[in-house]
Amino acid sequence: MSMSRKPLSETSEWTFELIEKYHTQIARIANNFGLDTYPVQLEIITAEQMMDAYASVGMPIGYSHWSFGKEFAKNEKRYKRGQMGLAYEIVINSNPCIAYLMEENSMTMQALVIAHAAYGHNSFFKKNYLFTTWTSADSIIDYLLFAKNYIADCEERYGEEQVEAILDSCHALKNFGVDRYKRPSKLSLQEEQARQRDREAYLQSQVNELWRTIPTKEVLRDEIEEEARFPEEPQENILYFIEKNAPFLEPWQREIIRIVRKISQYFYPQRQTQVMNEGWATFWHYTILNQLYDEGLVTDGFMIEFLQSHTNVIYQPPFDSKYYSGINPYALGFAMMSDIRRICENPTPEDKHWFPEIAGSDWNKTLHFAMQNFKDESFISQYLSPKVIRDLKLFSILDDSREREIAVTSIHDEDGYQYIRQALSEQYNLGSNEPNIQVYHVDRKGDRSLTLRHTQYHRMPLAKNADEVLKHVARLWGFDVRLETLEEDGSVFTAFECNL
Amino acid sequence: MTQIVDRRLNGKNKSAVNRQKFIRRFRNQIKKAVADAVTERSVTDLDKGEKVSIPARDTSEPFFHHGQGGYRESIHPGNKEFRQGDKIARPEDGAGQGQGSQASNTGEGLDEFVFELTREEFLQFFFEDLELPNLVKTKLATIHETKKVRAGHTSEGIPTNINILRSLRGALGRRIALRAPHINSIAEAETELEDLLKRHSETDAVVIALREEINRLKRKVDQIPFIDTFDLRYDNRIDRPKPTTQAVMFCVMDVSGSMGPEEKDMAKRFFMLLYLFLTRTYEKIQVVFISHHTEASEVDEETFFYSRETGGTVVSSALNLMGKIIQERFPTSEWNIYAAQASDGDNWDNDSKDCTQILSEQIMPYMQYYAYIEITEDRHQNLWHEYLTLKSKWSNFAMQRIAGVADIYPVFRKLFEKQSA
Repeated sequence: MSMSRKPLSETSEWTFELIEKYHTQIARIANNFGLDTYPVQLEIITAEQMMDAYASVGMPIGYSHWSFGKEFAKNEKRYKRGQMGLAYEIVINSNPCIAYLMEENSMTMQALVIAHAAYGHNSFFKKNYLFTTWTSADSIIDYLLFAKNYIADCEERYGEEQVEAILDSCHALKNFGVDRYKRPSKLSLQEEQARQRDREAYLQSQVNELWRTIPTKEVLRDEIEEEARFPEEPQENILYFIEKNAPFLEPWQREIIRIVRKISQYFYPQRQTQVMNEGWATFWHYTILNQLYDEGLVTDGFMIEFLQSHTNVIYQPPFDSKYYSGINPYALGFAMMSDIRRICENPTPEDKHWFPEIAGSDWNKTLHFAMQNFKDESFISQYLSPKVIRDLKLFSILDDSREREIAVTSIHDEDGYQYIRQALSEQYNLGSNEPNIQVYHVDRKGDRSLTLRHTQYHRMPLAKNADEVLKHVARLWGFDVRLETLEEDGSVFTAFECNL
Repeated sequence: MTQIVDRRLNGKNKSAVNRQKFIRRFRNQIKKAVADAVTERSVTDLDKGEKVSIPARDTSEPFFHHGQGGYRESIHPGNKEFRQGDKIARPEDGAGQGQGSQASNTGEGLDEFVFELTREEFLQFFFEDLELPNLVKTKLATIHETKKVRAGHTSEGIPTNINILRSLRGALGRRIALRAPHINSIAEAETELEDLLKRHSETDAVVIALREEINRLKRKVDQIPFIDTFDLRYDNRIDRPKPTTQAVMFCVMDVSGSMGPEEKDMAKRFFMLLYLFLTRTYEKIQVVFISHHTEASEVDEETFFYSRETGGTVVSSALNLMGKIIQERFPTSEWNIYAAQASDGDNWDNDSKDCTQILSEQIMPYMQYYAYIEITEDRHQNLWHEYLTLKSKWSNFAMQRIAGVADIYPVFRKLFEKQSA
């Protein structure tokens, strides 16, 4: 009966009415599949505005900084050369969820974006545990607005150059401005504004307290030795430590550090759920648009255009292709999400052996469970199936700088599945991808220098430009900064130093 | 609840601020790139944007990350013939190890960061050294204005543009055309009525019916409107670029041994500026390049700026050639003639007097403007002293000694004064 329905539109032109119509249908289908979402706000924008959005990592409101201008220029160039389509991914975790529709897109592409961003990503943001525990979608827009105004205000009061210098330094450390294990306090615009003044006064008094005990030169040596370590425990959130403890920062500078680390914290879950998030959104745009087709609501032409775009998105170039730049999160994510459904609906004996709990279960429930309770690392370790490994022909390479050659440690065969699954999971572990650098010691009684400690992982050294980063740390800290490396055998050496 | 918001109209240039910040930060690199671009460009080709590249390491935003080395395992797709335990020679650039994308992130690669300056931004940088006043900069940077000119009539428009004469003329024509068949029928019917009345009385049914018919036709004629929206005609006005005249620009340069690449570059900037100025005023511009040492010849731009000659200098040869070309190809009735001469001022002793004479008699009477720049840091040369006499006689003769690019502008001042007057 449904097959006899009239398609929503026949041409590729979009109108506001059509968008409304398609959206109603997509929302209905998404709802039937049990996708739980924030309210949706669709915004029609131009290509140029889309590049703006890219440049500011999707933040609808962003403070200004030259690096966003650079990003814009880069995207503009790629877009003009046709190397980059602008369509899908710009959506951040906010309530309401804002999805951008570009004016030059066809109706098909608009429908695809609505299904992908406004229902796929949106439902992921609302339910995935990292987002629900670490970010608050209700207040992010307000907070970004606060940040933008605050920074603009600082530029006016203290000069653009000064503000830029602080921001440069904060950006260099933004990956080290997140709490990995502590839940950050909720963001709220009103509180931010109300507290901000109090905080300035309070922070400064705290810092003064810390440095009050700076002794004159005559203090006895051994008294210094006995002094308790500071900080007592190594601190992983370097920006937080600097914000609270750097001796000479002005209150507004501390506030800017805070803004950068708050925003960085906000995006931290995003960085940990790339494969899942894109996989989930891609799976749902695929499923929803196919449902539209099955109900006779879209034409064959619509489907051909959609499938062409979809196929491009999930293409995974092989390792020896010139287009290869690592694993495509859309490809891996979509393959895994679709595979979970397959395992639930049509399990093979192999699936029953590997996934006894989910083989034959309700696919939608299982998929929702996976979406809600994992991040990339654990998701892969839990759900990467032998079939996906075979389909993608995954293999692992061990590159040990002590060996003259690199080695193939496993391939897509019976012996390799478990190994590859673990290794791939590890590849998405931010903890081992990023160097482990923590605030280790402050010489409070002496030259006030700050020591960072890099605990080596798998003997991997820091990239050479670490000294550039160290300059930024020193600028914020105001005194000499040292970076020492703890090797796996327990020895420590000073790898970089920046003396003011 | 869904909201669809049309954002297209607000804040088109949200990134403009960030872009400006970016440009300010890399000002020096960009400036250098613009200077390089200017030397590569043709005189007539200044007026567009430019691709500028900055070494990627300068725009890098450093952050802590792992470098090469250590022990790392990585997963890759698309295995073809590898088996477990295979040993492979380490690829030199780290490709095939999943480091491909990271290499650019580290900023350690030597890639150039290329981006495009808009035309306005490019001109801004170009003008910067020249120390042009802002008014002049704006004038040069704006695309020339258009003016509305009449272009016939259209059937659509706004009420203020209604052309009454045309509309009524159209209405009249329409009325005549639409009435014609009825008028004829009425005439026929009336003749018939006369015939009938000869044989029948007024009260006969046929007569009454015919009178009815005549009245019906007359009503029809009356119903034809006096004027219909269909008749309305509007004056049509289209935009046409204001300057519609043409100009020729003579570039005269001394290419004798004493003019080095630096002097030539300065002369080139001078010529470019003049050209740019002319494009704002004239629609069509031709450029004639005359280079001279002891002899003058008309050359193409490439030869003009980059050929190297040696020998002495006889300026009058060039002026003679210019006079000849004006006579032959550019009648003043059709062309506005501008000339710019660049020289280090060194001339054959007895020749300078001849120059003054040629200029006064054969050239200056036809000139809109003649600019002479003496590119030298030493004291004025003999040609300068000769030209001083010309300057007092001709108000459209400008001369200036330039030691650096910043000195170029004063030569133009007069030109702009004239424009704004």
